[in-house]
Amino acid sequence: MTAKLSASELTLIRGETCLFQDLGFALNPGELLLLEGQNGSGKTSLMRSIAGLLSLETGEIFWNDEPVSRQRQEFHGSLVWLAHRTGLKGDLTLVENLRFEGILRPQADVDQGAIFERLEISRLKSLPLRSLSAGQQRRVALARMLLADVPLWLMDEPFTNLDRDGRKLVVQLVEEHLEAGGMCVMAAHQDIDINATINRVAL
Amino acid sequence: MTSTNPQQPGIFAGLAAIARRDILLAWKRPGDVLNPLFFFAMVCTLFPLAVGPSAEQLIFSGPGVLWVAALLATLLSLNTLFMSDHEDGSLDQMLVSPQPLPVLALGKTLAHWLISGLPLVLISPLLALTYRMPGDVVGVLMLTLLLGTICLSLLGSIGAALTVGLHTGTALLSLLILPLAMPVLLLGANTVSLAAGNDIYATGIWALGAYAVAALSLAPYATAAALRISSE
Repeated sequence: MTAKLSASELTLIRGETCLFQDLGFALNPGELLLLEGQNGSGKTSLMRSIAGLLSLETGEIFWNDEPVSRQRQEFHGSLVWLAHRTGLKGDLTLVENLRFEGILRPQADVDQGAIFERLEISRLKSLPLRSLSAGQQRRVALARMLLADVPLWLMDEPFTNLDRDGRKLVVQLVEEHLEAGGMCVMAAHQDIDINATINRVAL
Repeated sequence: MTSTNPQQPGIFAGLAAIARRDILLAWKRPGDVLNPLFFFAMVCTLFPLAVGPSAEQLIFSGPGVLWVAALLATLLSLNTLFMSDHEDGSLDQMLVSPQPLPVLALGKTLAHWLISGLPLVLISPLLALTYRMPGDVVGVLMLTLLLGTICLSLLGSIGAALTVGLHTGTALLSLLILPLAMPVLLLGANTVSLAAGNDIYATGIWALGAYAVAALSLAPYATAAALRISSE
């Protein structure tokens, strides 16, 4: 195995249903891993297993050819997860939220203002997040992702709640990230048009 | 991606950051913080009204009442420790952060103690007045409550982590925590009673201190493990 992120023989059983069995994938820098499937087919569960939140029945996930379970901290320092629930505090403002996130994981040396401009959230800086629309909150979560200096992006349904421009922007951001040598695991139930090497996992 | 091995933020930075965030959140929602404090103050002031103003009775029951009220007030406030983090997904983000989870759990517990434990300690002298407690005994009461609330916050964080996804309210949490909290209550209340009776009470304070140190070194790991189990 030489892939940066890889997995083999993954099996996950939740309750009485087997969500997936003997699943494997490999992901190299510059590539996109697309998890496809119907609602409830286990995309989010697979994502959570990759992030190390769900323990698998069998199989192992490897990062740099080392099992993730043996280097949890290093692996978590290399990823950022755009989950279905944004994980941002509604009572805090955008700046307060992102300042907290900035202390948790390594931060990229980039211009924060420019990222806010690009995501069209710079004029919302001093509002508490709960007064923002769902799409705007989604954009703040995207800003958190862009500010983190990590190679691996985990994106669970990144297009939810976003308008057409927002969806286009996400595609652009992913393409740029991949071009710079990053990696992306994306769960999506709709067709996406991303110009990159795509590995597919059907669930 | 600017570098292959970026500098990780230090663990104390993580601890301070999460404690600061929780305190900031409490500042924006003072109602959640004041509820347990009101409860504590109300129980302590209503009790003398119910049992009558006999000085002997008040001096005798003061330490016990203050301590039981402090324990219950802490239990009330523990329920919400991880709940909002669980609901908005920031608990998941904590679990996948490169910071060690026990340190983050300790940061949250520290914030909880500063928000709900420390105020109890600070208003206790005022309430002790209603029980005609002499000044030097009030000092002992504050010291035992200081150590005791640290213990209770730490023990409670384990219970809060275990019950975070269950929506069972305070009952199950209290049931889980009470056996562990019993020694704290006994040590605390009896130490104050001993001090009130001019007896030797230092042993109780040392024992409470030892309990606090043990809880401080073990509880964060138990809480972290419980959080991982709860969010599966």
